Amino acid sequence: MNEVRVGVFVCHCGTNIGGFLNVPGLAKYALRLPHVVFAKDNQYTCSEAGLTEIRNAIAENKLNRVVVASCTPRTHEPLFRSTCKEAGLNPYLFQFVNIRDQCSWVHMQDTERATEKAKALIRMGVARVVLLEPLEETQVEVNPCALVIGGGITGMTCTLSLANRDFEVKLVEKEDRLGGTLNTLYKLYPTHEEASKLVQAKAEELKKNPKIEVLTSSEVEEVKGFVGNYDITIRQGEKDRLFKAGVIIVATGAETLKPVDMYGYDGEHVITQLELEGRLKEGRLNANTVVMIQCIGSRNEKRAYCSKVCCLTALKNAVLIREANPDAQVFVLYRDMVTQGTIYEDYYGKARETGIMFIKYSPERQPVVEDGSVRIYDELLGEELILPYDLVVLSTPMVAHLDSADLAQRLKVPVDKYGFFLEAHVKLRPVDFATDGIFVCGCAHWPANVGESISQAYGAASRASIPMSVGHVKTEPSIAVVDEDECSGCGLCELTCPFKAIRIEETEKGRKAKVIAASCKGCGACGAGCPQKAITMRHFTDEQLLAQVIPLTEVTS
Amino acid sequence: MEEKPKAVLIVGGGIAGIQAALDLGDMGIKVHLVERKPSIGGRMAQLDKTFPTNDCSICILAPKLADCFRHPNITLHTLSEVKEVMGQMGDFSVKLRKYARFVDEKKCVNCGDCAAKCPVKVPDEFDMELRKREAIYPYYLQGVPAVMTIDRENCLYLTREVCRICEKFCTREAIDFEQKDTDVMLNVGAIIVATGFDPYDPSGIPQYGYKRYRNVIISLEYERLICASGPTGGHLLRPSDDKPAEKIAFVQCVGSRDFKNNPYCSSVCCMHAIKEAILAYEHDPKVKSYIFYMDLRATGKGFQEYVARGEQEYNISYIRGRVAKITKDHDENPTVWYEETQSSKTKKMTTDLAVLATSLMPRRGVKELAKTLGVELDEYNFFKTDPFNPLDTTRPGIFVCGCCREPTDIPESVAQASGAAERAAETVMR
Repeated sequence: MNEVRVGVFVCHCGTNIGGFLNVPGLAKYALRLPHVVFAKDNQYTCSEAGLTEIRNAIAENKLNRVVVASCTPRTHEPLFRSTCKEAGLNPYLFQFVNIRDQCSWVHMQDTERATEKAKALIRMGVARVVLLEPLEETQVEVNPCALVIGGGITGMTCTLSLANRDFEVKLVEKEDRLGGTLNTLYKLYPTHEEASKLVQAKAEELKKNPKIEVLTSSEVEEVKGFVGNYDITIRQGEKDRLFKAGVIIVATGAETLKPVDMYGYDGEHVITQLELEGRLKEGRLNANTVVMIQCIGSRNEKRAYCSKVCCLTALKNAVLIREANPDAQVFVLYRDMVTQGTIYEDYYGKARETGIMFIKYSPERQPVVEDGSVRIYDELLGEELILPYDLVVLSTPMVAHLDSADLAQRLKVPVDKYGFFLEAHVKLRPVDFATDGIFVCGCAHWPANVGESISQAYGAASRASIPMSVGHVKTEPSIAVVDEDECSGCGLCELTCPFKAIRIEETEKGRKAKVIAASCKGCGACGAGCPQKAITMRHFTDEQLLAQVIPLTEVTS
Repeated sequence: MEEKPKAVLIVGGGIAGIQAALDLGDMGIKVHLVERKPSIGGRMAQLDKTFPTNDCSICILAPKLADCFRHPNITLHTLSEVKEVMGQMGDFSVKLRKYARFVDEKKCVNCGDCAAKCPVKVPDEFDMELRKREAIYPYYLQGVPAVMTIDRENCLYLTREVCRICEKFCTREAIDFEQKDTDVMLNVGAIIVATGFDPYDPSGIPQYGYKRYRNVIISLEYERLICASGPTGGHLLRPSDDKPAEKIAFVQCVGSRDFKNNPYCSSVCCMHAIKEAILAYEHDPKVKSYIFYMDLRATGKGFQEYVARGEQEYNISYIRGRVAKITKDHDENPTVWYEETQSSKTKKMTTDLAVLATSLMPRRGVKELAKTLGVELDEYNFFKTDPFNPLDTTRPGIFVCGCCREPTDIPESVAQASGAAERAAETVMR
């Protein structure tokens, strides 16, 4: 190895650091550290003047390692790395030392001791930078074809959008026709448009687009590979279809809970909202008094969640019943009416005005469905009421498909405790999975109405289109590498990896862990857990980290 | 290869606009992100934590701000407004007014030496006027671009031609009083509107005493008050006497579900009230919170569990009933008068602090913007969309996401933002 020549730049950051630490003293101190051949303090290392100084120092002093002690790598590491690169130095030979956020800002009252801490931080940074190695980014090609799983309104929407952008799309649907849940619905709130019309319009557009292939009566059998390069096996009837895809979107929807053995459910006089939709659609509803009960099988111990769409479904069906038969009486027994957003409060208000009766009950005093009447304690009146009925309609929640866990396993993505697919981050990555290249939208993720599902479908299409638009994915070089001679093939790493980026494969030497470079985020979980110490984290090797610990224990002079 | 796709204009630099910009930029499409304020970040930057995971809001947002700033395909236009839109889908000409910052963005490094000398003190908008700032100021600490701005309404030099002390103390020579407002013409193929919301001003409901009683505040003020980077350094001190608030009333549906004000439900307030009460308890376990609600609407992932945890672990009581009025005693303690619907009784409760969950409304100036864009608004001045074509405005090529189309929580805004980016990409790639 050539002689290691380290340059250290210590930033004043105006008064942010300079006002609280002895910055010129830090630069002088750094010059005394092993391998340091150049050290300087700057007012603002990140300013164009500061960056030029780094570039010049690299050239003039033949620096092959650079340390900047300043604000925070969170915002500034990319800048300094690219400055090193511009000066012909591999960007991975750069080390950031945080002396602002983690030093001057938190120790404003004690300049002397804060400066001592900054010295220790710089000492650690220099010790590590000496051991850093140049790393190179690589690229993996992305197949510009998307697999969309689920042919309901959500899956149809993403398929069409991606095809409109000239990507090839394979749409896989379990049933023999497209439409999903909407095929079982009558009219949709708030416009009372017929669900079938919406499905038909989309299906026709799909048919016209040559970029789309629809596979009905089909199921995903096997998924191999990683972002950009999936090998998909689809089971269609008796035969298997094989093709390649770059990205996958899960849009499998949900089903509605069948309230077997609950509240006298018999499918005849006590039915679900979904069954009511069927009767309304066929025009065979024959009931003058209808009692609807909300939150059946939801917001309880077993299923704590609110299914979001049932209040509006009940409202809409109540309105439709009254439209068809103005003499009909409809009671809606609810816990909390959920009519969020700009349109639906008004929709609720109008339903009340038409004479639909709303009765609030509490979970402690559940309604009781008896032969011919429902007993209910009206929480607001403070009285028990007996409501005779011709028909009881139970509003049951959306639940995950029974086979969603199976599909999740095939895709190696997680589901939550209710079986809904679990996104990468509940706040900021609502349609991504943690695994690159796989996305989720609609009710497969969580109960959603038609409008929300369509928004999410476009959202998932956008996210999925990114690697296909770029044509390749860059692989971060600071990732895990496996020493096959040490690896015992135990598979602990495969279980630990949150990104499904390492897996056990059969090789000539037996079962060995393999890192999928395109998926690895370099988090280090596999390396920390490996009992054989067969996994090294590039850029964060044990040696590089331990080298930082030792000088921490030294006393400054 | 065909000719390059046209750029996309995004109006509004909150989380929705940012997400749409990042998606489009990552697809290789050029983006102009326009923000009226001095820095991007929007309302999310003002929040302390986010429900239901209690993630620190700015901590999860800041990396996205930096991504936007550094992105080779995204051009930020802060302190800017759309003044004119001509043309049609696929080929819009947009006139942008860029207001002078009077600070050179390339030279300023946000050190704050200038503000330390500025003699002016005015209420700080970002901190909901709970503290004072100078006339040269960072919009907020983590704001992007991370530079100072001179407030032309209050700067002594710009209003009275005296002072210029900031100029003397800026070692980087970044102050530039010669800067002028400029108009820029942009050619874009599609436009995304993501202008977000303003909170309802509850002075319109005089019986709640907002602005007359110092310890009656709105949710967004509370968010700043409990935030570590806020005016009190994260101590929940009530405005009248800086004493810790230990008994807090959260009043829901203020201006929402109210036919005299906004008839609609603002969707997010049930959850943020619970979060705010949880945070108060986390700061000080002596805190007892009461949430006065009409219907508890907790529909998202993990929301019902959050409601239950609030009651079981964080000393929250949920009281169903609309608050009729708030009065105060001589110690400025707010007394909440309400009908408890479960018992049909009128009751009152004296607390240390009352927090009004004000409804989400379209931003001020939205009517003018809609006119400039040539799109329709709904009856409440949200951007009008079709329930089954939810991201398209009434004008082809102009799309919408986030709270300016309807009150929406963060994940739904982010999903819509990606969705609007997709609709815009469909337009410019065609």
